[in-house]
Amino acid sequence: MNNWANFTKGFIKENPVFVLLLGMCPTLGTTTSAINGLGMGLATAFVLIMSNMVISLVKNLIPDKVRIPAFIVIIASFVTIVDLLMAGYVPALHEQLGLFIPLIVVNCIVLGRAESFASKNGVLPSIIDGLGMGLGFTFALVLLGGTREILGSGSIFNYKFIGDNDGMLVFILAPGAFIALGYIIAVINKLKKA
Amino acid sequence: MEYFAIIIGAIFVNNIVLAQFLGVCPFLGVSSKVSTSVGMTGAVIFVMTIATIVTYLINTYVLVPYQLDYLKTISYILVIAALVQMVEIILKKVSPSLYQALGVFLPLITTNCAVLGVALLVIQKQMNLMQSTVFAVATGIGFGLALIIFAGIREHLDLMNIPKGMKGVPAALVTAGILALAFMGFTGIV
Repeated sequence: MNNWANFTKGFIKENPVFVLLLGMCPTLGTTTSAINGLGMGLATAFVLIMSNMVISLVKNLIPDKVRIPAFIVIIASFVTIVDLLMAGYVPALHEQLGLFIPLIVVNCIVLGRAESFASKNGVLPSIIDGLGMGLGFTFALVLLGGTREILGSGSIFNYKFIGDNDGMLVFILAPGAFIALGYIIAVINKLKKA
Repeated sequence: MEYFAIIIGAIFVNNIVLAQFLGVCPFLGVSSKVSTSVGMTGAVIFVMTIATIVTYLINTYVLVPYQLDYLKTISYILVIAALVQMVEIILKKVSPSLYQALGVFLPLITTNCAVLGVALLVIQKQMNLMQSTVFAVATGIGFGLALIIFAGIREHLDLMNIPKGMKGVPAALVTAGILALAFMGFTGIV
C-alpha cells in the first residue's frame, strides 16, 4: 500500500468512528460543540501518532507475550504528557473535556492501531497511519460536534448565527449525542451504497 | 441517607452509559441479547468494585504520600489490567461455574472505559473508601440496567421493518438516544 492510500483511508473508508465504530465514549461525550470535538480529536491524534511511532520502533524488543501491557504503558505515558500539557496551556478546554483526557488510554482506536498496524510495520508507515487515523477521528468529532452545536445552540465554532434561545437544547444534552450520531451514520451508509 | 443519594444518583440520575457516555463500546457491542447482557453486567459489577477499592487504596497510601499524582493514569490502567487477569485465574480455580458464566466477558473489561472512569471519578469527587465502594457497585448496577433494557429493545428491533440505511448501528444509536431521553426524567431527584 502506498503512503497516500495509507494516509487517506482513515478519513472515509476506514473512518474510526463512522465505519469501525471505535472510540465511541469520547465521540459522544465530548462533542457538545465543534471546538470541544476539535480539541479532543487533536489530543487523541497526538497520542495515536506518538504511540504508533514508538511502538513501531521498539516492536522487536518486546516479547510477544507481554506486548499488550507494554503497549498500554507506552500509550499511558503519552496520555499523561497530553494531560499535563493541556492543563498547562489550555486550562479551559482541559476543564471541559475533563475525565475524557485520561480515558484516551482505553480508547480502542489507539490500542487497536498499535496492535494491528504499528506492531507489524516500519516507522514511517506507522506515523502516516497514526496521522491519517487521528485526523479521521478529529474530522468525525468536528462533524458531530458541529452538527450538535448548530442544532443545539445555533452557532458554529462559537460564532452565533441564529438568535437567542432558538436552539434545540436536547442536542447539547446526552440524548442528542446518540441521535445525531445515529443519523450521521445512517446518511453515510446511504451515501456509500449509492 | 447519604449512601441512598449516592446509589440513586449513580443508577438513575447520572447513569454511567446514558448520561456520562462511559462504557458505550460494550453497551453497543454486547447488547444484542438479554442473556449475554446479564453475564456482562455481572462481570462489570465484580471488576468495577474490586478495581475501585484497589485503586483507591493505591492512590491514598502510595501515590498521594509520595507525590506521584502524575502516575495516576499509568498505574490505574496497569492495576486494572492485572486485576482482570487475576480475577480470571482465581475464578477459574475457585468457582468454575461462575467462571463459565462470566469468563468470555472478563478480557473485554480491561478496555471498558467505565471501570477506569469510576476509579478516576471517586478520586475527583473526594469520596472515602466506603462511599467509593457503594458508588462503584451502584454504577455497575446502573450500567447493567441500561444494558439489559437496551438489549430487550434491540431483540424486538431486529424484527421491525426499518429503512435500509438505518438498519443496525444507526437504529441502535437512535434507540439509545430515546432511552437517554427517558432517563433524563430522573434529573433533579437527588
